[in-house]
Amino acid sequence: MIAQAGGEPLIRWDWIADHLDEIAADGLQHVVLTVSAVGLALLIGLPIAIVAQRHRRLYPPVTWISGILYTIPSLAAIAFLIPITGLSLTTVVIPLTGYCLLILIRNVVAGLDGVPQDVKEAATGMGYTSRQLLWRVELPMAAPVIIAGIRIATVSTIGLATIGGLIGRGGFGQLIFEGLETDFWTPLLLGSFLSLVLALLADIGLLGIQRLTTPWARGMRVVTT
Amino acid sequence: MNELTEGFGWIADPQHWSGPDGIFARLVQHIELSVVSLIVAALIAVPVGLVVGHTRRGQVVAVQIANMGRAIPSLAIVSVMYLVFVSNWPAYAFGFAPTFIALTLLGIPSILVNTYVGVQQVDPDTVEAARGMGMTGRQVLARLEVPLAIPLIMTGLRLAAVTIVATATLSALIGGGTLGRYIVDGYAQQDTPKLVAGALLVAGLAVATELLFSLLTWMTTPRTRSSGRRGRRAMVPPGPAPSHPPVNPSGA
Repeated sequence: MIAQAGGEPLIRWDWIADHLDEIAADGLQHVVLTVSAVGLALLIGLPIAIVAQRHRRLYPPVTWISGILYTIPSLAAIAFLIPITGLSLTTVVIPLTGYCLLILIRNVVAGLDGVPQDVKEAATGMGYTSRQLLWRVELPMAAPVIIAGIRIATVSTIGLATIGGLIGRGGFGQLIFEGLETDFWTPLLLGSFLSLVLALLADIGLLGIQRLTTPWARGMRVVTT
Repeated sequence: MNELTEGFGWIADPQHWSGPDGIFARLVQHIELSVVSLIVAALIAVPVGLVVGHTRRGQVVAVQIANMGRAIPSLAIVSVMYLVFVSNWPAYAFGFAPTFIALTLLGIPSILVNTYVGVQQVDPDTVEAARGMGMTGRQVLARLEVPLAIPLIMTGLRLAAVTIVATATLSALIGGGTLGRYIVDGYAQQDTPKLVAGALLVAGLAVATELLFSLLTWMTTPRTRSSGRRGRRAMVPPGPAPSHPPVNPSGA
């Protein structure tokens, strides 16, 4: 499909060999961006979701607002923030966090909703306070669905982070932008490929964590799509 | 907030609305590209989703496609399509054609999976009853499964439409002319009002798309008289179902 323009090979391995340091730095940045965004979204989204799950009336406005955030295209969100936060990692992390919020809030609420009523009643009957109920019963039981949400959020974030390459803060996205600007295929293909690999590795890694931390859920059907 | 005012000021300037690089022309290009891509994506994904859901065959493949779709960055799809066009059909490489193919590919997973889930979640007893009444497979699909799947098909179309409108912005990176032009040019020229104006226009169009499709979903969702106002909506939530969130592979 892809012709070798002017006898130039599609992938110039020597270019890759010469730029290993740059590629490693991009990879590290990609991980930093993703971990910051998903971590921040958890810090913000978990309390919101817990409150919204208990006070049902708050749930529609919460999903509505996070839904609007989710709708704003990343390139536009980054463009908004450039005048405010400059060409910093923050400019990319803020929109990414926003996208994770909707996914995480939805999954936390769904996970908590899935805890059977009689289990909660039994715990209350045993003298659990509502805080103990939350931390020792509800959240552990909701964990598989919550971790499934973290997987989806992480994989999406890794893909979206590449847009940060516009301002030189996009992890492997930088390689894609570099390739586009110079019509040079090696970094373009490499950046796309490595970003995909990172997403798949994160997905498998989180699946492993999910299996290890919630072994009782192995037979359970956790829908991750 | 000053930048925001400047951005709105830029949009309000009538001079910025006319001409080949005017807001009006860019808006038309953006919508044209998005609508064509969405239609083609739907023409491919709805029939496939219906068949997969009806025959309950190929589910694993459908879900895998959706998962892959989420893992591949939309920027990568647009860039690789550009690369393919530059190599093979350089005359068409800038703008419409590569982005159109990329957007179509990006739109397919959400429509496909939601259509399939919509058909598959139809109560097997209801299907059984329809068969018992002598309906053929085709009739079951047309009279029962498709109508019941419409809310989820609409959800899939909504997710695809928002993804497509968002990603159409990226066509500006490969020389295409959508509203993304203002973001890319504004950034390159360090013209902050233009940059912010582009962001406002793109965000506004994306939100408008979301609202339009939410309205369409609401209008096309069947409501039976007996079940009253909340009937079917309670059964099939208009938003993504929590335990089975419809797939949105990217939100670029």
